[in-house]
Amino acid sequence: MDAIKTTGLTKHYQVGFWRPRPYIALDDLSLSVATGEVFGFLGPNGAGKTTTLKLLMQLIYPTSGHAEILGSPVGDVAVKRRIGYLPENPYFYDNLTAEELLVYFARMFGCSAREGRQRASRLLDEVGIGAERRFQLRKFSKGMVQRVGIAQALINEPEVIFLDEPMSGLDPLGRREVRELILRLRDRGCTVFFSSHVLSDAEALCSRVAILANGRLAAIGALDELTSVGSRGWELVVSGLSADVLARVNPRLTRATSLGDGRFSLELPPSTIPEQLIPDLGGARIVSLNPLRGTLEDLFVEQVRATGGERFSEKVAS
Amino acid sequence: MRSMAIIAGGVFRDSIRDRIGYGLVFFSILLMASSFLLAQLTAGQDVKIIKDLGLASASMIGLFIAIFFGIGLVTKEVERRSIYSLLSKPVTRSQFVIGKYLGLVMTLLINLSVMVVAFYGVLLYLDMTTLDGAKAAWEAPALDPRMLKAFALIGVELMLVTATAIFFSTFSSPFLSVALTFAVFIIGHFGEDLKNINSIVQSVVLPYIAKGVYYVMPNLSALDVKSAVVHGQAVSASHMLLASGSCMLYIATLLVGAILIFSRRDLK
Repeated sequence: MDAIKTTGLTKHYQVGFWRPRPYIALDDLSLSVATGEVFGFLGPNGAGKTTTLKLLMQLIYPTSGHAEILGSPVGDVAVKRRIGYLPENPYFYDNLTAEELLVYFARMFGCSAREGRQRASRLLDEVGIGAERRFQLRKFSKGMVQRVGIAQALINEPEVIFLDEPMSGLDPLGRREVRELILRLRDRGCTVFFSSHVLSDAEALCSRVAILANGRLAAIGALDELTSVGSRGWELVVSGLSADVLARVNPRLTRATSLGDGRFSLELPPSTIPEQLIPDLGGARIVSLNPLRGTLEDLFVEQVRATGGERFSEKVAS
Repeated sequence: MRSMAIIAGGVFRDSIRDRIGYGLVFFSILLMASSFLLAQLTAGQDVKIIKDLGLASASMIGLFIAIFFGIGLVTKEVERRSIYSLLSKPVTRSQFVIGKYLGLVMTLLINLSVMVVAFYGVLLYLDMTTLDGAKAAWEAPALDPRMLKAFALIGVELMLVTATAIFFSTFSSPFLSVALTFAVFIIGHFGEDLKNINSIVQSVVLPYIAKGVYYVMPNLSALDVKSAVVHGQAVSASHMLLASGSCMLYIATLLVGAILIFSRRDLK
């Protein structure tokens, strides 16, 4: 069973006071996330990531399409018992302490006050909130509020957790701790769906990613698949290559770089098949042959540019 | 049910740590100060003035808390986005609205109870320090239990104002919600005048409009028995039941409306 499934999920907003027109925040999003997966939901600012998460939390309602979590429609109270959610830039009640907030939320899941305090204490330890847990939240820094936000999303030991920009506001140490936390959640069998525009986080954590641009799904798949689909060709390292041979094969190369000691790095475009080039190298010795894979960043930029030429005003239907 | 109770408890705790304490202190100081000052300035009217002032203060302070806290219950959660985390928990939007309402009502009723105790405390002091001859001029005894009926109806009125504030805050801005709630409060207190406006004006159309408004707005003038109890007049049980019963129906209607609107609202 899929942990998360969306079918044709679409959200339009009305913009303009005198002449309201629809603004397409999300357009026909269909995707599924398998149980136990760490899924990265990537896209530039304004791509529709937070809109998608709000739709999944039923904070907003879709214009069309529908979404399911753990096989039930979003908004089902029984499903809410099994999920956790960290909103983007979370904000909590100023007058409560971190501990009180977590106990407050724990009690909504049927915990006694005592059990809630135990869970709160364990989770606050896990996210690195120490003695400050007894301070009112109004005194917390942005990074500390983010940590409390992560803790509250885990208060019910969720089967699926949604994290909207979980690294936002965190220092490098905090980012590393959250990465480790996500990996621990994965190891426990928890499905993690997180949105981010920080690609290194996705590369380090995700088994699959989706790239959203201008409200549309631009790409989805395993990281390996996505980055090899756009392969930039091959890198062939050879030794003992003569200048004559190099001049002859040069038109079939993207680039040739001398590495010293008679070794050359030959970059082949995707159109040049290595097996056809090698016989023409005049007895040069093959040192290595590797595919030139695009990084996630390359893919991201390529997909966003492909779909993202339009600006906000163009997304507003005329 | 459990979620509603937890949300209500959260509102109560938040209110206690917020500004309600200041309102109570202000009310108590005002009441005490006026009792000592007015006892010296008036002859025979001191107890009446203290009762008038005490009941009016309880009503006004309660109204202030009901409107401003009532509107903040929903709008603050939405504007500050704290509602995002809350609604991702096993809580429905209707439980959220009702829980918030019950939390503030609980706060208001406890607040009102404290005011009643302070009020009777001042009157007890006045009663103990006044000579029997001077007491003979009073229309009603200082510690007249009938004043509890006025406090009870103030409580009902505050419950209705809170429901009105929540209703408007589910679809309009905080400023507009304050204005609309206050307008309902004012119009509600002129219910009887609206009903009988044909005896004052010559217009053919205006009485129909006024009657329409009378039937749509809550009749808050029926809840105002302050003047009657201060003068020692009886307030019948049937009046208490009818006035509070009709307001309870109005409250239920407002809360159902608030739930229906809020349940369909996009929380952007």
